[in-house]
Amino acid sequence: MIGLFNNLEATTAIIVFGIGFTTLMLNRNMIKKIIGFDMMDCGMYLFLASKGYIEGRLAPIVVNGITDMDAYINPIPAGLVLTGIVVSVSVSAVMLSLTIRLYRKYHTLDIDEIMMRAREEGDDE
Amino acid sequence: MDFVQNLPFFGIVAALFFGVLCSVVHRRAAEILTYLLLGFEVVASVLVLQFVIRTGSSFTYMMGHFPAPWGNEIRAGIFECFTAFFFSATMLLALVGGRKHIYHEVESTKVNLYYTMACLLLSSILALIYTNDLFTAYVFVEINTLSAAGLIMTKRSGKAIAAATKYMVMSLLGSALFLMGICTTYDITGHLLMSNIKEAMAALHASGQYAVPISVIIGLMSIGLAIKSALYPFHTWLPDAHGSASVSTSAILSALVSEVYMFLLIKIFYRVIGWDVVQDNKIMNVLYLFGIIAMLMGSIHALRESDIKQMIAYSSIAQFGYIFMGIGLGTAFGMQAAAFHLFAHASGKALVFIAQAGLADANGGDRRIVALKGTAHKNPIAGLTFTVGAFSMVGIPFFAGFISKYNFATAALYSPNKIVITLVTLAISTVLNAIYFLRVVLRIYSPIEDKKPVIRSGFAFGLAVTVMAIGNIALGVFGSNVMEYIISGLKMFG
Repeated sequence: MIGLFNNLEATTAIIVFGIGFTTLMLNRNMIKKIIGFDMMDCGMYLFLASKGYIEGRLAPIVVNGITDMDAYINPIPAGLVLTGIVVSVSVSAVMLSLTIRLYRKYHTLDIDEIMMRAREEGDDE
Repeated sequence: MDFVQNLPFFGIVAALFFGVLCSVVHRRAAEILTYLLLGFEVVASVLVLQFVIRTGSSFTYMMGHFPAPWGNEIRAGIFECFTAFFFSATMLLALVGGRKHIYHEVESTKVNLYYTMACLLLSSILALIYTNDLFTAYVFVEINTLSAAGLIMTKRSGKAIAAATKYMVMSLLGSALFLMGICTTYDITGHLLMSNIKEAMAALHASGQYAVPISVIIGLMSIGLAIKSALYPFHTWLPDAHGSASVSTSAILSALVSEVYMFLLIKIFYRVIGWDVVQDNKIMNVLYLFGIIAMLMGSIHALRESDIKQMIAYSSIAQFGYIFMGIGLGTAFGMQAAAFHLFAHASGKALVFIAQAGLADANGGDRRIVALKGTAHKNPIAGLTFTVGAFSMVGIPFFAGFISKYNFATAALYSPNKIVITLVTLAISTVLNAIYFLRVVLRIYSPIEDKKPVIRSGFAFGLAVTVMAIGNIALGVFGSNVMEYIISGLKMFG
């Protein structure tokens, strides 16, 4: 139990991840699903960024000529977070465009109803 | 350094480049470019395979002039090269075999975009096969998801878009779990390159530190990749996706997209976590259990389907169950059997999907099994090759499926706790396979009076299915030789 409070960032990150994950999985509203997906990824980035941070050190940008490695935090997690953001932006864009197409056709955002009506109408246009 | 060692990297970059190129050219040109690319990948992977066999060891290829613990790497061994060869060849045949349907079902101004997606999918498949860096694997997993969703939604129907949406949602859940696994791995080992992680993992395992996080990592990665490759309880996206996709897409989805994730899982078990660590872990039993359930439930669902394409889709779920069951046995023999089944299933399933389209065409495109009566007389080549594929799926000797079933049965003998369940499930599943596949074979060969209208599906279709059928039989006859390659390939992973 104490461990959870000592690793407060990691705990928060996993809670945010869990909320996003369950929303993406269980919510029937497409827009809420996409919000859930973004929350899930944010939780992951918080986890990564907090693991890369070292107490009392600077951001890894050389300004005052200090090249000593011990002065800076680990830059790799920040790079991973940037890559992850690029991925999640493109995935969100694709999901939103799919939602627009579905809404134009079925006039609803409820994925269960959409699936049901799609199955009924068969292969045609 | 030999020139050949550049080829895996060139292959991945060429696939990305050709994908971009296909989006701006005419559809004929896009088609030819894609075939050229796939031909190049087949030749390149054969050359690299020869090189690796000759030198007898795998090689790593450094990218961007940063040496090991920092830079990004590609690694090629026997198993990787063989998989790359097999998957590019299958993809080429699947695209050639279904080209008529692609032109028919996709809007004529957007056919080149279909080939764009195919090229991007190929690049992600090759990258997942060759990469030696865990985060690169994640990025290409997402590229794979996006391009596969693109292939699914090529038809304009609302059903196709809904199926693609469902696929995206399930895939995103899977890749999120996989990414969480990678983050945790990075957190406890401090590395992203597979070889370095493995050393750190072995040290942690030996000292007994972080036992719980290591289990969590194995669990997250297994379940994440299992969702993406449609293991039984997470399979719900698969039948919908197959129901509305074009034939080539179905063949590619079942034979390549799902299987490359299982390849990645095997690779992660050997190259990232380390076989010794995985073997001791209880998560393997969970995978085994899911595999067993999938073997039965997939076949039962397939039995109840009246649409032939949906039936084959559910049969895929049963076959994925075989692979996870093999991995879950937790022995080297189980792993080898699972690795062989990747190829046996890919060759059989792509063939069945393409041949099924020929049969349905002979009947005016009606995909209901009852409507397929006598279609093998109308389209003999489709009937014959469908039968080859069905025999392979059932596991009749001299076809690829037999070798893998034999391998699974032999592998089961080496895990004393799991012998009975494995053998019994194998037997039941084989009987169910036989019932639903042979039912179709009997129906397509049942005599009809009006044998006149011989449908010619075109030269491309005939060529593709014939080559696939010969490949499947070759895999069945020379199964033991392929097994030797797989065993030495898995040793190189080691």
